[in-house]
Amino acid sequence: MTETSESLTKRVEPLQAGAHVILASFLGDEPALALGDGAMFIGGVQCQPHGIHAILVAASDGTKIISGGDDGKVISTQNPNTSELISDQKGKWIDALALGPSNAIAWSTGKLVLARDSKGVVKTWSAPTTAQGLSFAPKGYRLAISHYNGASLWFPNTEGTPEFREWKGSHLDITVSPDGRFLVTSMQENTLHGWRLADGKDMRMSGYPSKSRSFSWSHDGNWLATSGADAAIIWPFKDKDGPMGKAPRECGVRHAKVSSVAFHPRALVVAIGYEDSCILLCRLNDGAELLVRPAMPAEGKITSMGWDRVGARMIFGTEEGAAGVLTLP
Amino acid sequence: MSDKIPVTVLTGYLGAGKTTLLNRILTEPHGKKFAVIVNEFGEVGIDNDLVVGADEEVFEMNNGCICCTVRGDLIRIIEGLMKRKGKFDAIIVETTGLADPAPVAQTFFVDEDVAARAKLDAVVTVVDAKWLNDQLKDAPEVKNQIAFADVIILNKSDLVTPDELNDVEKKIRAINAYATITRTTRAAVPLDAVLGKNAFDLERILDIAPEFLEDVHVHHDDTVQSFSLTLPGDIDPEKFMPWISDFTQKEGPNILRCKGILSFKDEPKRFVFQGVHMILDGDLQRDWRADEVRQSKMVFIGHKLNRAAIEKAVEACRV
Repeated sequence: MTETSESLTKRVEPLQAGAHVILASFLGDEPALALGDGAMFIGGVQCQPHGIHAILVAASDGTKIISGGDDGKVISTQNPNTSELISDQKGKWIDALALGPSNAIAWSTGKLVLARDSKGVVKTWSAPTTAQGLSFAPKGYRLAISHYNGASLWFPNTEGTPEFREWKGSHLDITVSPDGRFLVTSMQENTLHGWRLADGKDMRMSGYPSKSRSFSWSHDGNWLATSGADAAIIWPFKDKDGPMGKAPRECGVRHAKVSSVAFHPRALVVAIGYEDSCILLCRLNDGAELLVRPAMPAEGKITSMGWDRVGARMIFGTEEGAAGVLTLP
Repeated sequence: MSDKIPVTVLTGYLGAGKTTLLNRILTEPHGKKFAVIVNEFGEVGIDNDLVVGADEEVFEMNNGCICCTVRGDLIRIIEGLMKRKGKFDAIIVETTGLADPAPVAQTFFVDEDVAARAKLDAVVTVVDAKWLNDQLKDAPEVKNQIAFADVIILNKSDLVTPDELNDVEKKIRAINAYATITRTTRAAVPLDAVLGKNAFDLERILDIAPEFLEDVHVHHDDTVQSFSLTLPGDIDPEKFMPWISDFTQKEGPNILRCKGILSFKDEPKRFVFQGVHMILDGDLQRDWRADEVRQSKMVFIGHKLNRAAIEKAVEACRV
């Protein structure tokens, strides 16, 4: 293939991974990977916070990685030598995990949802069915939980019953908009469902050919990029009605499904990872595309992407254990 | 993409010997690693294998199809298992004694992510030779579990007389004439009787079916029956596909399983389909060999199926 000025492929440095990449992010300036075989690589140094056990879910705020394993442990890792055990659910799988404002952490196993505040106080709530996804609201200490037939909003530090938002079906991942006005879930039936929290109004965002399992909000909070179609589907959330009655933008249309999306932390540019391992950067304003990584189906779908704090570098990883770091010119 | 992981579903009523069979499978020196999805966590304890507890969370798909239920926990567990791909060779799903096998089987067809990574190898049902007669009267689950099976382990055969055993086997045949039956004591079976059956390669089932149907004078069970159809020559897909699709939509709740290998007109490849309730899955597989007779065979297992009407409808699809 010919290199053109539209390609950034030469600015990608490969990284050692070797197993399913659960999370690709930066800890400070160090590229960090959490892998399905239990290993983490931080700045190229390997550590095994979960021993030989698998890491199933992980999240990062740029200073630490919180990981949940099939050993039932939730562990916070700052660097290869510093890990802290947050919780041990003794052999149960950790199904979902979320990081929130002021170091709040939430995790779940089956129906049991646990939330830990900045002081380390852990509260629990039993969801009506298995908790599939967790997401903290941007302000306050409030957790959104997706489950079968709807979502619940829980204030862990209050005694009251969580607020229940009903919508029939199995809800998978969940996210709260950065302004706290909207709640969005992905569903088993290849759609998104949204609620406007102020009045509970339902929003259906449908038309996906497969499940949408990756969400990313733009830095200004006005756009939600989603995976699951042959392009990144980007919904407008700026207006008071959010995406209701509006068509989404489609960026990076290709003959391959999008498996991962990650908005740039400072610009309206979205990194789009596909099931064939290709990555594009797409500018929202004019749809201009830059190739980061060509299609390499044998290396598996892009499973995770993350930008550093300033948006100068982006790290990615794949299902088959390939990984790399893009440095922008 | 690598090969799909084979999945064996283990069913059987309470006390039939499911856990004994599972432990036997896991302790045999077979050199294979299994991921085992169990309900009663802690009953099996094998260091070498991955054992995962499940909640049997069954939910309805939100697609307007009332009998389309799947196991949400299974979708999540298989997604999790795939993150450590290469660490095991096969998956075994143990269901509780009271479980309906349909949602488990349907999960492997309905969820596209699961279907892309795992394939149903066989539904293995353990049956208690001593208590089956009573259970058939009291427990509707038992009948469904037998009807669903590709492989039936007729366990505790040492606890009954040979006559009683033959009688029990006839009762099983009346419900499901197409499963292979292996008589055991303490669930002692060679592994190849339950694993790697590729039971959805229907050839074996369909080929052996006619003989034993004639041998055993099957007295059909009054609520669940199974029957097969064989049609020489070709079938017109333009007629058959709309019919089977319409038929499974209407009769879905009554159809427990259906499977078939079809010879389509002007098509060098064999069309293989299978279904669970309303869900149908089919594709063109290998070429018809020169030494094979081109014909179509189908098996239907279900409640209150109108055999004559089905035969007539299928007959009308012939070229």
